[in-house]
Formats: sequence, structure tokens, C-alpha cells
Amino acid sequence: MLHTLSIGELGESLSSRRLSSVELTRHFLARIERLNPALNALITLTGDRALAAAAAADARRASGEKGPLLGIPLIHKDIFCTDGVRTSCGSRMLDNFVSPYDATVVTRLKAAGAVMLGKANMDEFAMGSSNETSYYGPVKNPWDLTKVPGGSSGGSAAAMAARLAAYTTGTDTGGSIRQPAALTGVTGIKPTYGRVSRYGMIAFASSLDQAGVFARSAADAAVVLQAMAGFDPKDSTSIDAPVPDYHASLNAPLAGLKIGLLREFFEGLEARNAALIHDALKIYRSLGAETVEVSLPHLPMSVPTYYVVAPAECSSNLSRFDGVRFGYRCSEPKDLLDLYTRSRGEGFGAEVKRRIMTGTYVLSAGYFDAYYLKAQKVRRLITDDFRAAFAQVDLLIGPTTPTPAFAIGAKIDDPVTMYLNDIYTIGANLAGLPAMSLPCGFVDELPMGLQLIGPHFSEAKLLNAAHRFQESTDWHRRSPRGYE
Amino acid sequence: MMSNWEVVIGLEIHAQLATKSKIFSGSATAYGAPPNSQANLVDLAYPGVLPVLNAEAVRMAVKFGLSIGAEVARRSVFARKNYFYPDLPKGYQISQYELPVVKQGKLAVMLEDGTVKVVGVTRAHLEEDAGKSLHEGLAHASGIDLNRAGTPLLEIVSEPDMRSAKEAVAYMKKIHTLVRYLEICDGNMQEGSFRCDANVSVRPRGREKFGTRAEIKNLNSFRFVEKAINYEVARQIELIECGGSVVQETRLYDSDKDETRSMRSKEEANDYRYFPDPDLLPVHIDESFIDAVRATLPELPDDKAARFSQEFSLSAYDAGVLSASRELGAYFEAVVVQMGPAHAKLAANWVMGELSSALNRDNVDIAVSRVSPAQLKGLLTRIVDQTISGKIAKEVFDAMWSEGKAADAIIEAKGLKQITDTGAIEGVIDAVIAANPKQLADYRSGKDKLFGFFVGQVMKATEGKANPAQLNELLKAKLGGSA
Repeated sequence: MLHTLSIGELGESLSSRRLSSVELTRHFLARIERLNPALNALITLTGDRALAAAAAADARRASGEKGPLLGIPLIHKDIFCTDGVRTSCGSRMLDNFVSPYDATVVTRLKAAGAVMLGKANMDEFAMGSSNETSYYGPVKNPWDLTKVPGGSSGGSAAAMAARLAAYTTGTDTGGSIRQPAALTGVTGIKPTYGRVSRYGMIAFASSLDQAGVFARSAADAAVVLQAMAGFDPKDSTSIDAPVPDYHASLNAPLAGLKIGLLREFFEGLEARNAALIHDALKIYRSLGAETVEVSLPHLPMSVPTYYVVAPAECSSNLSRFDGVRFGYRCSEPKDLLDLYTRSRGEGFGAEVKRRIMTGTYVLSAGYFDAYYLKAQKVRRLITDDFRAAFAQVDLLIGPTTPTPAFAIGAKIDDPVTMYLNDIYTIGANLAGLPAMSLPCGFVDELPMGLQLIGPHFSEAKLLNAAHRFQESTDWHRRSPRGYE
Repeated sequence: MMSNWEVVIGLEIHAQLATKSKIFSGSATAYGAPPNSQANLVDLAYPGVLPVLNAEAVRMAVKFGLSIGAEVARRSVFARKNYFYPDLPKGYQISQYELPVVKQGKLAVMLEDGTVKVVGVTRAHLEEDAGKSLHEGLAHASGIDLNRAGTPLLEIVSEPDMRSAKEAVAYMKKIHTLVRYLEICDGNMQEGSFRCDANVSVRPRGREKFGTRAEIKNLNSFRFVEKAINYEVARQIELIECGGSVVQETRLYDSDKDETRSMRSKEEANDYRYFPDPDLLPVHIDESFIDAVRATLPELPDDKAARFSQEFSLSAYDAGVLSASRELGAYFEAVVVQMGPAHAKLAANWVMGELSSALNRDNVDIAVSRVSPAQLKGLLTRIVDQTISGKIAKEVFDAMWSEGKAADAIIEAKGLKQITDTGAIEGVIDAVIAANPKQLADYRSGKDKLFGFFVGQVMKATEGKANPAQLNELLKAKLGGSA
């Protein structure tokens, strides 16, 4: 079946003309039509555009062009601006917003010949850990339709798990790629902050946001990241450093690799979950890696730190949604203040408002030092902890989440419990580090994720370590029933 | 009344930097384009767009810093100033808050009485301008023009060092001169390229503690700065003397009514929630960048004035006037270079006098003056070689200005050449004396003042062309009866 093939296998079929991109695209579009209604993973379908792009890709192949992503279908998270296509960011505020331009990620993948099938559902403005804050309703987890897929890139993760595209894009501000990847049993990578351009990616928390990939495997993720990564003069925080060949180093031996076990990640971790991580460690040791325990003493402060920094930035980033130039505008505003308050009051959902208010509060005169400034100091300490750890080890390892997917509705009314879902993932964002989540087994028939965190710009090493693990395991090949 | 009170003024001057594109986007900054024709997605704050700093704006800010002897920050940070307003598309203005690019400097300002006052500059920082709300021509609605949104500004903040409206104006004029010298701002106040906010307070003379200040916003002419401050000072003094107290607030100056009005009080003031802009990296400036900018600094106004005064033996006042703009100084020097420094005073008088008044009268820029430095030199040379008198020269200048011809051509065509032939002048003198026997008798009996009468008569008869020095000498001799 086409949807079970890797990007490499699909590329071979396309280049040998056994398969056309149009056929492949039709296959995925048919799957989406059949499977998406139950999942709600996609909120905008772009079938006609996809078929046109596929035909164009076939023509490029016919004229001798090659390229690993040429003619391969994908789904973009609806946070990436796509020229001429609605870009809602999961919000009523942008339900009517058709972007007049492409995000750099979209431009790069288009140039590589990617075929966009549609746009994935997501938590509103990427604020959420369950995909329940979307204006378009929750996404269902293909492993159990009563469970959440995680968030905020829940649609991208569920679509990947259900094999609705060859790969999907996502963004990760506090775990929004890794946590849903873990909860849906797919491979996800969040690169180093600055590795992938943020231009055209609707900002949640600018100093933390980073675009990444959901894929069937680390090998597929490497191919996609290769096309996405690199300096962009339109993003001042993107980094002007060469992008290594991720594919070339996938098979490098792991002998002598030093892997650090994050002590803080295992404290209070449920035994069945911890057992999966220890199983993974056995595999790494069998591949020649060495494992040592390391401690990041300030890491337990990452959740409160994050929930000061991220809301502070979002409160300012979301000020542009004022009903004046684009997006939702309330009906018949009485005056300017009424236009602002009702457009924003009606356009934003509860979680977004909660974070805007939190962020406004922590930046206010009289509270700035106690919250924002303090959080920045702790952020520095956490970054220093990671730096010290990477002086001893090459990679850090631990679980991606404390528990498998939880029931839809179980935590949505308890924000603090919901926020604790990100306890293992936030640290990498605060320190700007690359990190991955890989399927590593099941608890209660639900997938669990293994998290790898590396030093800045160590994507090649992470992908290498993930790929070697996936050569020794088949967790990443498992599909939920009904989606095989 | 004023004598019991001391006035304290600090200015925040906004100089629009003369970059071709905006500070964080590639849009053009030209003035007067149709509304919103110079606003791209970044200026419109579309979802997902990001700012990219225009290095040219930083270069200009550094240039300014070096010109006032300020320390240039090796690391400065852009911050977001958050507030909602329709002409502020992002809902925040990108500015610099705790770490500005230019740190403390100072500026010597010459006051009207010739004394020099040193005014401290606290800081100068880069920021983006907002757009404009348009209320004209739209029924029941306001329009927004975002052409100006994102235009780079250098905000120059002074210490509260000024003690009168006149001092404030002198300081502002000096900054105005400086930014145009540096070619970092066109200084056009009507178009809003150079404007200021004035912080004004009063305190009993001799007291150290400052009074409560009011901030007068958006003053865009030197005259308004002076009038607004004077109004505000009188208002504050009257308020205090009548038992009231000044409240800290923002006020607007209404030039039609010549008064300031309250805009918003401290209590109503926004909490701007400044924090470092995470979309922009801190600006790092190294020594080599500063050296490269320093190498582009022109001769500064004070240096030019000192040189004029030394090389050309001009008074401090003349040197100051001639160095007030780069163009005026260059014009003057071009004339002097052609005539030689011995005639610098003559050149100075003509450039500051006839030329400047003609330029002002017809509102002509000196760069396109109808009388070029070479042409003016042609005229002054004829004064020096006594072909014409200074008085006739003014007539010639007017003709040069309106006809655009060389001085010699006009002197020739109009027959204005001075009469220097002794015999010819003597002939006229003899005729005048013969025609006025009574005045001659009165003069000789002691009415010295009648000398002027005879001069006038001779000049009348020669149509002003008699060489004045020769005339004086010959006339004196003839009237005295010695010839």
C-alpha cells in the first residue's frame, strides 16, 4: 500500500515511473476523504491544488528533475501561511483569513516539489496540549477515538499516525511536536531554535517557536528537515550556519556514544512507562552506546518558567489581531474600544484569552521583575544546566510524556494539570535545543514516546541515534487498527 | 513674576532618519505617496511576518552619537512598547528602552547673547514611527495611512538642562543643524521629519528639587516650541501661585489658540509593558564599525565655525551664522577661495546679507541659488577694484538675481561703472558748487553738516557713479577753498 511506503521508497517509485505523483496524491486524497471525518485532523482540504501540484511535479520528473520530495504529498499545520489558502491557526479570529503569501517553510518545500493536500487542525494559536482548544473542534487520536492526539500539532500528528500523507509539518513551542508525536506513535523532530525559518509561521512565543516534522521514521524526517532547514534573511533569529547532510550520517555507528539519563525525568514516572525507556536504553547499549545518569537541577522549574515567558510573548504577538486589517471583526462596532474588545473577545477562545491575560499581567509595571525577569533568569539557569550536561554526554534521553494519551475532556477544565503534560518537553524549548520523540512501545495499548535531546545543531546526531534505534525496533512501523 | 521662578525644560527630539527603506521592512520611506502605497505585509503586521533591522538606520544613529561625543553602545536591544491604536498595526512599537544605541553625550549651544551653554544629551535611541489616522473626507469613519508606519526615527533625549523657551529653541536648532550636517535627516519640519516633545516644569528659584512636569507633545516648528513652552510656563506659575498644583500629564499645543490642553493624565497613561523584542537579536557594534562610521563624519558645525573665525578673522557671530548649514558654509567658502581670505569679511557680509535675504524672500534653496558663488565673486571683485560702489553693487546684485547675468554684463549694459576720473568728478563738483552759492556760504561759515548735501548733489548728477572716496576727498578740498 502506498501510504505504508517510506519517502525514499515513494521517491524510487516515482523516479522509475512505476508511480506518478498524481496517482499518489489521489491515493492520499481518497484516504483523507474516508478517514478524516472521524479524526477531524484536517480542517482545510486543497485537493484541486494538490492535483495541479502533483501534475507539475510529474512534469518536472519527466523533464529529468530529481529530488527526494518531488511529487511527495504532505499536510501543513495550519499555522504556516499558505498563499491563497485559508490560514486559520485554529482560531475563529482567522477563520476568514486567506494568506497573501507563503511561509518560508512552505516556499522551501514547494520548491522541493512538495504537494500540499490540505491544512491540519491544531490548538488555537498553538496554545494547548490536547488539540481541544481548536475553533474547529478536537482532533481524535487514531489509536483510540475517545482519546486526544496531544497538541498543539494534534492534527499533524493524527494525520501522520493515520497515514493521510507521507509526512506532515508542525511547530513546537513547549512540546507541540514531540508530545503529540509520542501520543500518536509517530516520529517527530523539533530542530534547534533558529535552524528553520519562522517567517510566515504565525507567532505564539517568538523566542520558543520552532518548525519541525512528523514522519513515519527518523530517516523520512531527515529528508524533510534537509529541505526545510537553513538561513532565511527574513527571520533575524534564523541562524546562518551550513546545514549538514542529515541523510549521510543516519547510519553512523553509535559505539562510544554517551547517552545521559535525565534523573529528573524518572522521578515519579510510572513503572510501565519507565520500563519502556529502560528497554530502549538496553537497545542503545547493545548498539555500543554508554549510558550515564545526569541531573539538571533547575529543570523542575521549567513549567512555571515557560508559563511566564510564553504568555508574555503571546500577549504582545497577538495584539495585531484587532479587527482592523484582517481576520474577525465584530458586527457593528460602536466605537474603537468596542471594535477592539468585541472583536478580540469574540474572536479568541478561552485558552488564548487566559494566556493573553497571564502574559499581560507578568509584563505589567510592578510585576515585571517578579515574573518576567525572574523567569528569564531561571531560563538562563536551565540553559546552563543543559550546557553542563552536554559537557559530559552527547545526548540526553528520557520519556516524552508522563502518560499516554488521555481522554478527550479529561483535563480541559483544569489548565494546570494540562500544563503539566509538557513537563518533559519544555526544557528543550527554553534552552533552544533540538529534540525528538520516537515510538518506544505501548502502555494500555496506547503508544508512548522516547525523547532524545541534543546540544545546539546536533540534528544529524539525533537523527542518527533515532534511525539506529528504529533499525532495531518496529514500534514506528505499527499502525492503529483501521489505518494500516 | 518670572524672576521668582526657574523654568526647567528637557526635549525629546524625533529626527526621521533619511534611509531609503523602513527600519524593519523593505518599503520605501518617501513622503507624500498615495495612502498605504508604501506599506507591505510587514508594515501591515500580517500574521507570521517578522522585522529585519535596516543596518543603514544603525549607521546613522552611530554617526549622530559620534558627533556629540557620546559613547556608542556595543550592545543595544530593541524592545516592544505595547499599546493599542489603529495607526499601530502590530499593537506594539519597536523601540529601544533599557539599552539604547547612543549613550550620554553633550552639545554646546550658542545663545542669543553670545554665551555658550552646554546641554546634556541623555541618550538617543532607534525606533519605528507609527502610521497616521486620516479624518478628512470620510463620513462617519476614520482612515488609516500606514505609509509612515515603520519609518526610522532617532529619538534624542536631552537632560532637563534648558532654563527658558529660547534656550530650548537654540538647542533644538543646533540639533537640527547637526542632523542635516550629518545627512541623516532632511530636517523638514512641515513634513514632520523633525519634531519634538517638550517636558516643562517650574520651581522656586534656588530650590534643587524639580517641579512636577507636563509633557507637550508633537511640536513641529521652532516658533511653536517657543510659544508652547512660554504658554505652559505661565500656566504652571499661575496655577501654583493661585494655590493649585501642577499634575503630571501629557498636553497638546493648539497653535490656532496658542494654548496647551490636557491630553491624558498620569493615571490614564498606558502601561507599555516594555520587554525585549524576541524577533530581533541584540545589536552588536564593534570598534571597526564605529571607526568606519567615524571616517564618514563631515566637518561638524562647531569645528567649521572655529575654522572660519580663525582662518578668515570672522567674528564668532558671523562664523556661527555661516556654519549653520553645510550648504551655506560651502557657498561662502567657494566665494572666499576664489577671492582670497583678505576679502572674507566682504564675502561674509554679502552671503549673510543680500544673498540670504534674496534666498529667503523667494524661498530658494542655496544649492540652486540664482547667483552662483562664481557670479557673486564677479560682483565683489568689482567692488574691490572700485569699478562700482557698494551701493551700486546692490542694484547690480538685484539685476543678477532677476536676470541671471554676470555682474560685468549688467554694469556694462546699465552704464553703472564708477567714475574714477578726477577731472570728471571735479567738473561735476564745480557745477554743483556754482549752482548752490547759499549752501556754500553756510558751509564755510561752519555748517559742516552741509557736506552731505553736496555729496548727494554730486551723486545725483552722476547717477551714483562717482567713486565715493575720491568724491569725498575732492569735495572737501573744493569746499574748503583750497583748490
